[in-house]
Amino acid sequence: MADLHLPGTLPPLFAGLPRRLEIDAGTVVEVIDRLDERWPGLRDRLCEPGPALRPHIHVYVDGERAALGTTLEERSRVDVIAAISGG
Amino acid sequence: MPQTVLLVGTRKGCFLLESDGDRREWKLRGPFCEGWPVYHAVHEPMSGTIYAAAASEWHGAGVWRSSDLGETWELSSEGLAYDADGGTKVSKISGLTAAHGRVLAGVESAGVFESRDGGATWSLLSTLEGQPGRSDWNDPAQQPPGHLGLPAMLPHPDDPSRFWAVVQGIGIFETTDNGVSWAPRNRGLRADWPRPHEEIGFCVHKLVMSPVDNDRLFQQNHVGVHRSDDAGLSWTEVTEGLPSEFGFAAAAHPHDRDTYYVIPLDGLHGRTMPDGHASVWRTRDAGATWQRLDRGLPERDAYLGVLREGLAVDTYDVPGVYFGTSTGQVFASADEGESWSEIASYLPAVASVEVAVLG
Repeated sequence: MADLHLPGTLPPLFAGLPRRLEIDAGTVVEVIDRLDERWPGLRDRLCEPGPALRPHIHVYVDGERAALGTTLEERSRVDVIAAISGG
Repeated sequence: MPQTVLLVGTRKGCFLLESDGDRREWKLRGPFCEGWPVYHAVHEPMSGTIYAAAASEWHGAGVWRSSDLGETWELSSEGLAYDADGGTKVSKISGLTAAHGRVLAGVESAGVFESRDGGATWSLLSTLEGQPGRSDWNDPAQQPPGHLGLPAMLPHPDDPSRFWAVVQGIGIFETTDNGVSWAPRNRGLRADWPRPHEEIGFCVHKLVMSPVDNDRLFQQNHVGVHRSDDAGLSWTEVTEGLPSEFGFAAAAHPHDRDTYYVIPLDGLHGRTMPDGHASVWRTRDAGATWQRLDRGLPERDAYLGVLREGLAVDTYDVPGVYFGTSTGQVFASADEGESWSEIASYLPAVASVEVAVLG
């Protein structure tokens, strides 16, 4: 089970979505698939068509910058970051 | 007693300003839409739903909707995307139009999407393929400065299949078969730059229609104000008498086919009100003459900008006029623009103002 940490900008958009949850997934894209199953539409908030991560959404697996295909270990920590931008 | 609701789209969310039919005292609610930049918020009178076009820097573009005047909101972008292999993205929802039981969304890159289920899901209606120069529209090297989007649709009030679309830097197109085919409607417009195609290359900022004469269209263009008496088949410039040919916003009087409002801006890089003298300009003779309306507006040191959707007129017998500025003020007139008061002073930069009269 991956230890998933989400940005604070997401929970206001999806009822019941916590900032931190455990997800059973083998890759980053599977994490997003699992989230989208429980909170329909969430994939679109993190990914563009393709799919590809949105330009200002960064994902880290165990502290390393990751892509959608990055694989997870049994107890990986996954951080989804809304990159600093705007003003 | 009727309720008057202003829908204000800003750089940091949507706000509502509410008053009664007198339109003297106003109360602000918001921000809504989680502080996402809202480019255009509209009210659909049949269902009472508010729709807000938004694009988050992090989470992409979508349309928020509220069926209870802002108490609760939902967001959807389901279907609001181009095919991934086409190379174009929906980076921004620029403008919304609610008419005939559906909502149209004009987006960037240029295209029109529609929702027939109250904004829950969307589908692509048209990208205006086949129009002159269309293959260049998504080529950055061929585009005018800024992004090329489709910021506005103007529906025909009686014919659901007929509407006009504005493409930035390209011009106006009309469809009479719900987007299956289109025709450019720019004849007579002026352009002060080279144009590779005769029928396009015009910079239309805001297109409006007289509610009492549907053949009477009016536009604020990058270069001049223009009127059409034949539903856009031909255009006549009516800029003379205004302090600047440049501006973004325009609005039509709800009961008089000859009365329109514009807000001229310094056409160079500043794009604020000329000489810092805040003014709305009104014609009562279809553009033959213009009158400055400034009573109650700051007469000096007011370098205000107003964007294409930043000016609105309500539907009362004596219509109210409203505009929002890029420095966060909203001004209102309850007497057709004769006198003004500042009803919000410290909002985020305002992108759009629309007005609904309820009850």
